[in-house]
Amino acid sequence: MKKYLSFFRLRLQMGMQYRAAAFAGMATQFFWGFMLIFAYHAFYESNPSAFPMEFSALVSYIWLQQAFLALFITWRFDNDILAMISDGGLAYELARPVSLYRMWFAKNLAMRLSEAALRFAPVLLVAILLPKPWGLSLPKSPLHFLLFLITMVLGLLLTIAFLMIVYGLTTRMLTSYGIRIFLSSVMEFLSGQVIPLPFFPDRIRTVLEFLPSAGMQNVPLRIYSGDLTGEAMIRAILLQLVWLSVFAAAGKLLLKSAEKRAVLQGG
Amino acid sequence: MIHMENVVKTYKVARRNAGAKAAFRALFRREYELIRALSGISFTIEDGEMVALLGPNGAGKSTTIKILSGILYPDSGRVECNGFVPYKDRMRYTREIGVVFGQRSQLFWDVPVADSFELLRDIYDIPEADFRKNEAELTELLQLQEILRTPARQLSLGQRMRCEIAGSLLHSPKILFLDEPTIGLDAVSKLALRQFVKNLNEEKKTTVILTTHDMQDVEALSKRVIMIGKGKLLLDGTIDDIRKEGESLDESLVEFYEGIDGMTGKEEEQP
Amino acid sequence: MRHGFRLYRHYIAINIRSAMQYKSSFFLTMLGQLLSTVSTLFGVVFMFQRFPVVKGFTLNDVILCCGIVQMQFSLSEMWARGFDSFAQIVRKGEYDRVLLRPRNEILQVFGAKFELSRIGRLIQGILMLAYGIVRIRIRWDFMKILTLFNMIFGGTALFTGLCIVRAGLCFFTLEGLEFMNIFTDGAREHGKYPLNIYGEKFLLFCTVAIPYALVQYYPLIYILGQRDGCGYPFLPLLSLWFLIPSLALFRFGVRHYQSSGS
Repeated sequence: MKKYLSFFRLRLQMGMQYRAAAFAGMATQFFWGFMLIFAYHAFYESNPSAFPMEFSALVSYIWLQQAFLALFITWRFDNDILAMISDGGLAYELARPVSLYRMWFAKNLAMRLSEAALRFAPVLLVAILLPKPWGLSLPKSPLHFLLFLITMVLGLLLTIAFLMIVYGLTTRMLTSYGIRIFLSSVMEFLSGQVIPLPFFPDRIRTVLEFLPSAGMQNVPLRIYSGDLTGEAMIRAILLQLVWLSVFAAAGKLLLKSAEKRAVLQGG
Repeated sequence: MIHMENVVKTYKVARRNAGAKAAFRALFRREYELIRALSGISFTIEDGEMVALLGPNGAGKSTTIKILSGILYPDSGRVECNGFVPYKDRMRYTREIGVVFGQRSQLFWDVPVADSFELLRDIYDIPEADFRKNEAELTELLQLQEILRTPARQLSLGQRMRCEIAGSLLHSPKILFLDEPTIGLDAVSKLALRQFVKNLNEEKKTTVILTTHDMQDVEALSKRVIMIGKGKLLLDGTIDDIRKEGESLDESLVEFYEGIDGMTGKEEEQP
Repeated sequence: MRHGFRLYRHYIAINIRSAMQYKSSFFLTMLGQLLSTVSTLFGVVFMFQRFPVVKGFTLNDVILCCGIVQMQFSLSEMWARGFDSFAQIVRKGEYDRVLLRPRNEILQVFGAKFELSRIGRLIQGILMLAYGIVRIRIRWDFMKILTLFNMIFGGTALFTGLCIVRAGLCFFTLEGLEFMNIFTDGAREHGKYPLNIYGEKFLLFCTVAIPYALVQYYPLIYILGQRDGCGYPFLPLLSLWFLIPSLALFRFGVRHYQSSGS
């Protein structure tokens, strides 16, 4: 376990070096947040009764989404890993006494955490201080806040488990770029990154809520403001757990076979 | 004629210490270091000379070449090449020079070399007749017949370097800068390249300024040697000023560098 | 000048020939753009299923608007790609080569990269525009057609200017330039809605500071017949002034150039 921790620390330190990138990221996320909220506000004003969430819940959803963007983005892959797969450096990676799955998982986790660590606090701080309809509200209750934290961890793990499957598929293909952008774009849309799930047409939404994509950002961000409560919330958390174990198992299987092939063919 | 007088150039570089704490601190405050690449360099090179710029890594050779070729502005000092101030009269001056960087390519990576040459024809506005003549001549001399139709990315390093040199001579420049042209080349390519440059200098009277770490290049090519170390002119003379009996040139050179370090302050009085 | 055009055509030809060496990557880049546009479009469609009219605009109006902005953006990306990826050019020291040639630097950077694969986004923009034209009952006359062309021309120039600004900043720092994405990718993404949706103050900012509204909102309401006035068709051309400070910044930056490495 220690070796994964030290990978993790190294990545974290690397991420910290990009000071200017962090500031730029914050500026971008503020801007994006405001633009989205203004646009939703125009929709809201045109017909408040058709709005499928409380407006304040939507605003909170957007600020949290912007603050924690780095955690849930489905198309941010680790370039080192991709390069390693494409130029056959996988065999070198196997020369170290580590499990490919755990090491890559740790790498991706650290990359996302280091990126988010530098950005989330200022975005949230300012968002909380903003005046009434535009700012981040407090969580619905302490219990909701706790569940928000727990489901956020689960959502992050689920997102990375998804990436691991894509890495696994990548090792099996000559040109993998196509499948990669296809899967991550679809996942992005279905996870509520473009519009939150409640804004999908009702029939589509009922199906979407059962898919793994709903367990990524959708669950924690809606629990926070109380948009997701009661039975629906419990069901969503259980689904997160189920999908996480399914994805982890699938990813491990794929990488195991990649390891075997790399050893046989020498990379 | 190339003339540099008291040229100074400083770079500003961000400094960063190791460790998580330093990395975190650098988030808020960043320290800069001024690195003096050239601290008062002067020399003159006459038309038709062939001069080697020597010096350890980071001595300021590349900076000198970049200032002479108009890429960098000096902080102070005077630079004049063939009547131009390189960084001011860039557009007119660059028609008269050719530059080859051993580590970088000027050829388009994915198209045949001949296509890159044709683009160069348009870039330098070379009249069609001159272009055809020069291309034919260079193809012959550098033996490019076989490789002109090959995309640059598929060439070996030696083949590519021959094409780079041909590319930088298509517009018949009066001055040719070669920045580490033999780096990574095999023995055959090195010899051929040296021979070609030597002939070019002798027959066309092209002024050649080259930087290299390969003392055999220097021995084969240059009568005159300008040595730079820590941004200062250490020596302007011939290779015999460095050479010592019973040693390889590399050994003599190392001793020379070491001797300079020990005699700080006296560098300028060196012959 | 004539030589300049000939050289530029030559650059483009070489770029296209290079791109054709990597056909699969060419098509995959197009696929990636297609998917991102499709999800944006789905998002818009779903929103308008709930809210049929927002600030006087319907789904079809928004698709028309979105198509035009996509075209402006993709055209600028296609032909000003050299400025768009300028950080790489500076980082790799390739700008040295630009300075070594007896040609205008700006022309050379334009020529350095011509990104044909952006044609994917351009085609999507054209399709959306065509859909909007077919579905909305617009009484087309000469002035409206002229307005449309001016919109595309002025918008392309504006996005190009923004790329040049970013490139100029590369001479001072290579870090943190991602914030410029706010003005380019951000404008493409949020420019899918007519700009008054974001509020009056924002519209004002986009009129005087960075003139997005001149190539989007004002000519759009003229084409849609919401507003009348003989000045509207020419508003997009006013955005050309933005090129002046952009180019000045770039020229100023060249003086700051610190060639990298050895």
